[in-house]
Amino acid sequence: MKVLVAVKRVVDANVKVRVAANNSGVDLTNVKMAMNPFCEIAVEEAVRLKEKGVATEIIVVAVGPKEAQEQIRTALALGADRGILVEAADAQPLAIAKILKAIVDQEKPGLVIMGKQTIDGDNNQTGQMLAALTGMGQGTFASAVNVADGKVKVTREIDGGLQTVELGLPALVTTDLRLNEPRYASLPNIMKAKKKPLDIKTPADFGVDVTPRVKTLKVEAPAARKAGIKVKTVEELVAKLKNEAKVIQ
Amino acid sequence: MSVLVYAEHDNANLKAATLNVVAAAQKIGGEITILVAGAGCGAVAQQAAKVAGIAKVLVADNAAYAHQLAENVSALVAEVGKGYKHILAAATTTGKNFLPRTAALLDVQMISEISGVVNATTFQRPIYAGNAIATVESTQAINVLTVRGTAFDPAAAEGGSAAIENLSVAKDAGLSSFVGEEIAKNDRPELTAAKIVISGGRGMQNGDNFSLLYKVADKLGAAVGASRAAVDAGFVPNDMQVGQTGKIVAPELYVAVGISGAIQHLAGMKDSKVIVAINKDEEAPIFQVADYGLVADLFQAVPELEKLI
Repeated sequence: MKVLVAVKRVVDANVKVRVAANNSGVDLTNVKMAMNPFCEIAVEEAVRLKEKGVATEIIVVAVGPKEAQEQIRTALALGADRGILVEAADAQPLAIAKILKAIVDQEKPGLVIMGKQTIDGDNNQTGQMLAALTGMGQGTFASAVNVADGKVKVTREIDGGLQTVELGLPALVTTDLRLNEPRYASLPNIMKAKKKPLDIKTPADFGVDVTPRVKTLKVEAPAARKAGIKVKTVEELVAKLKNEAKVIQ
Repeated sequence: MSVLVYAEHDNANLKAATLNVVAAAQKIGGEITILVAGAGCGAVAQQAAKVAGIAKVLVADNAAYAHQLAENVSALVAEVGKGYKHILAAATTTGKNFLPRTAALLDVQMISEISGVVNATTFQRPIYAGNAIATVESTQAINVLTVRGTAFDPAAAEGGSAAIENLSVAKDAGLSSFVGEEIAKNDRPELTAAKIVISGGRGMQNGDNFSLLYKVADKLGAAVGASRAAVDAGFVPNDMQVGQTGKIVAPELYVAVGISGAIQHLAGMKDSKVIVAINKDEEAPIFQVADYGLVADLFQAVPELEKLI
């Protein structure tokens, strides 16, 4: 069974972003970029499925700027077999899902694994949209994935606790934080990854229009909180909460 | 102008999150319809009909919708939603699961987790873990939106008397089936609806020590949350996680205990009215957003707090 994994190049999770002075977006000049953390978990899950003999080939796809080749190479170093980069900066989730749908139609994977959201746009849409466009069942926010007998059982993190669903294959899974702990790439594997195949495509190759449907008018910094104070004792804290903040009685 | 609001419920009770979505719908303007999809969900429809300002309640009562499976619900909402200008759902794990699927079926670019309504086509939403707020405009024929509950004061649960209409649309996509669920049961208020939240982080050291927080919570009528670090370490289950990818809370009082304050955690609680941080590391970033900071060992401070409240 082929497994398709989609990854995205985003700002590193440890960077505190700043809004650009002209309010057009966030300032990403000289900011460290990395693979979206949820996508790392998706790659790891695919690699584990290959190690178990469930997956035969892992194809990693990124839709992004040409620099996203770095993130594809990272995935290849972690164990993916080949990569496809579709060069389109700032494509919105529906357009990305349409590109991925075209790739799914070509590659016919048994399972698609992707992150539940990216930490830049925080949209949490692309996986569900791809599932809709391909007619696949979806197991979103997964904390456990078990493939057996042409089906996949997915345990999902939901607001009230955990839910388990069963999907016929092919199916789509989006990862939550506790699905696995991604490994680090070893140096020999990083070297080997440089030789693995990586195709470069454009949205036009798949007949997808990536013109934004939703226009960003401006991006602003959130309202700042007023500086607080330090209290010295628990007694002082309780007195402040009762008499000053009036949030407890 | 017409708005379709998807009801969040457990087949017995309408969840409070729906009232926040109705509030967002009222800001958009126009006639508001609530859609209740479930199995044996008649009581929910009755409750939805009483929500103030609702024109109509549509009920799709069918086994296919019993567990809110995304494949079935999204198809239903896409069909019913075609006749509306806006389709709204709560940004809960239910709404986040099915609504993007609906949007794709309708060929609409959805707008996730709106925190403000500027007008019927312009919305605000947090991006980059809430470190930036984007104002976005969509002139698509239908706008599909999830709503961040904490950003909208709930509509009144009583006062309306909308007509209830049954739908006979049964959409069973046959792609998925429900196997089971483990729903955490406790008598404390729901995290996202509580007036007071007390959360523990890695500093709690283990799950047993969360009992210190439960004791304080029970005295205050508070909900108990956790940082990602505490959930990843297995101290407490995932449904307690507050943060960028967990639950978003904005209570009157948020008490962070043994939480350092990573960007991702702050994203989930920094809109709280009053923030208290208790941490022995005075350099912890949580103190930068705290109204009241106490540099102390939590194992002494929390039991003392319990005695004094």
